[in-house]
Amino acid sequence: MSATDMIRNGEDREPAFGFWRRSYAMLLKEFIQLRRDRVSFAMIIMIPVMQLLLFGYAINTTPRNLPSAVLLQEDTDLGRSILKAMENTRYFRFTREVHTVEEFDQLLQSGKVLFGVEIPRGFERAVRRGDKPALLVAADATDPVAAGSALGALGPLVQSALAHDLHIGDPPDMPFEIRAHARYNPAAESRLNIVPGLVGTILTMTMLIFTALSVTREIERGTMESLLSMPIKPVEVMFGKIVPYVIVGFVQAALIIGIGVLLFGVPILGSLTLLALLTTLFITTNLSIGYTFSTIVQNQLQAMQLSMMFFLPSILLSGFMFPFAGMPVWAQYVGEGLPLTHFVRIVRAIMLKGAGMQNLQYDTIALVALMLIAMTIAVTRFRRTLD
Amino acid sequence: MNGGSTNARSNAQAIAIDVEGLSKSFGGREVVHDLSMQVKRGSIYGFLGPNGSGKTTTIRMLCGLLTPDSGNGTCLGYDIRRDADKIKRKVGYMTQRFSLYQDLSVRENLEFVARLYGLPDARSAAAEMIARIGLGGREEQLAGELSGGWKQRLALGACTLPNPQLLLLDEPTAGVDPKARRDFWNEIHALAAEGLTVLVSTHYMDEAERCHEIAYIAYGHLLAHGTVDDVIAKSKLTTYTVTGDDLNGLPAELTGKPGIDMVAPFGTSLHVSGRDKAALEAAIVPYRNNAKWHWQAGEPSLEDVFIDLMGRSKDNFQ
Repeated sequence: MSATDMIRNGEDREPAFGFWRRSYAMLLKEFIQLRRDRVSFAMIIMIPVMQLLLFGYAINTTPRNLPSAVLLQEDTDLGRSILKAMENTRYFRFTREVHTVEEFDQLLQSGKVLFGVEIPRGFERAVRRGDKPALLVAADATDPVAAGSALGALGPLVQSALAHDLHIGDPPDMPFEIRAHARYNPAAESRLNIVPGLVGTILTMTMLIFTALSVTREIERGTMESLLSMPIKPVEVMFGKIVPYVIVGFVQAALIIGIGVLLFGVPILGSLTLLALLTTLFITTNLSIGYTFSTIVQNQLQAMQLSMMFFLPSILLSGFMFPFAGMPVWAQYVGEGLPLTHFVRIVRAIMLKGAGMQNLQYDTIALVALMLIAMTIAVTRFRRTLD
Repeated sequence: MNGGSTNARSNAQAIAIDVEGLSKSFGGREVVHDLSMQVKRGSIYGFLGPNGSGKTTTIRMLCGLLTPDSGNGTCLGYDIRRDADKIKRKVGYMTQRFSLYQDLSVRENLEFVARLYGLPDARSAAAEMIARIGLGGREEQLAGELSGGWKQRLALGACTLPNPQLLLLDEPTAGVDPKARRDFWNEIHALAAEGLTVLVSTHYMDEAERCHEIAYIAYGHLLAHGTVDDVIAKSKLTTYTVTGDDLNGLPAELTGKPGIDMVAPFGTSLHVSGRDKAALEAAIVPYRNNAKWHWQAGEPSLEDVFIDLMGRSKDNFQ
């Protein structure tokens, strides 16, 4: 073997620890790139910490202080004592007092209260006579979790509290009967609750990501420079990017709701037109928010991260997964800022309770407001120059 | 007073670009410094300078894509700070990097542009442009699948589609073969003949020589401008061309000698230049007498001038 052959063989040989060196080179490069992307770097820390703190404190599967209404048909000491006893269980908090059955039904249908207690006319006299009259407790059972534990506690807890207050005998000797009525979802089937909520959750995820990537994609592909040099205004860019996905979202929504009805047997008690209309509003709101993200972030990775950061609280704080009324007040305020919260209420109310527009004004206005806020931010944030 | 405003108006009709004292910094680094220039309507104005000299930044300031930190001026009579929207309607900007939609076809890209500018019949405008730029038969091909030369034609087609009065072309021929480059320049001259003003940045000296006027910019400073002959004459550079055998060792020997500012090989000859004619001639005396080489006094090429300008500006600004 000649000297040149030996040299050539030496050059051809795999360098020592080649695998490790190349892997190391690659991982070093990735670290440098990660460190340069400040926003992503911050999110690596912020997302887990924020989310854990947020949800750790906010989520409560045995909710207390659930908003309740009382329909007082007579104002007596006994009635007051019963209500007091119910509040003492800490499951109920009476926020509304109404005097007609219509008002009572309306509050339950719109979701403003989860429970309604009806103290019928002549209740106290019937108790004294020993007629064992019925005390009606109506529960909004669209969310079986929220209603379940409170209803479970109703009998024994109220009775023992009353026994203590009124010095009446042992529970078996109760002078009246509590008749609980789980409305809208009497069998407490969770799929009836989950499927309408899923419509909103799935739409939130898909819609956000469609538009969250739209502006960064133009920047990363270099087409933004050309686009900005042409006479187009930020609002026009925004509408052009949102409208196609409204149609996409509408098809998606129809698909999910269709499957929900056909496969899972979820009813649509309310107006289909109203459902379609408000679903379109919800889709547009999410697309606007996604688009706003797109004008804030610098690359597609950040857009995805921001979407996830928005998506997780949407699932957990909207009342989709855990009872909204069970969350601490601050978490409820956060929830009110999420479109999914309002849509979950809307879609459950229309599908399961047959609610009409008059019950849904607040949530509709909230969705419109969130959409307009997002659009305003997007239009002002949209960079018209490359500065 | 009255006469002044009439003057200004007729001036605006004769001048397409008139800017003064433009400066722009990015992250504390000044990319364009106190740049003033005037471009006559209907002329082809070449914008030359090394990479990173501020050509792209200047072009972007002219069409409203960047806001100058200081300075002001007009583009087609519109204020570059306030009237960016109006400027955009009348200016076609061809970016350095292909920036049309790679996932749209040739026809779809052109129709998109036509609609953005509100042309009455986008479909037929696009079809006419496809015929004009010779992309017939490729209408349905995705822009991303076109070769470099075809992409460049499509980009030129897209920015001339809305009938602009001014074309800003940022290194339009980078990476394009010589035949395509020549066709491209013929097209540019045809457009200028129709009255269009063209500002084109380039690295190629032969392209600079096809321009009516040129400006040379380096490190953000405009160093020279005028016709090609003006720029060469103003450079006050004296150049000798050396031919003969065994030129290989000569550049190393000559470089750095007092009076010799630049030595550049051009194929089988060598350009030796100096700013001070007397000093240059004194420096080359020992070599001139060597029979191996033939020395001839000549005109500096545009490239000689630019390399010299760049070398000088480097001393001044870096």
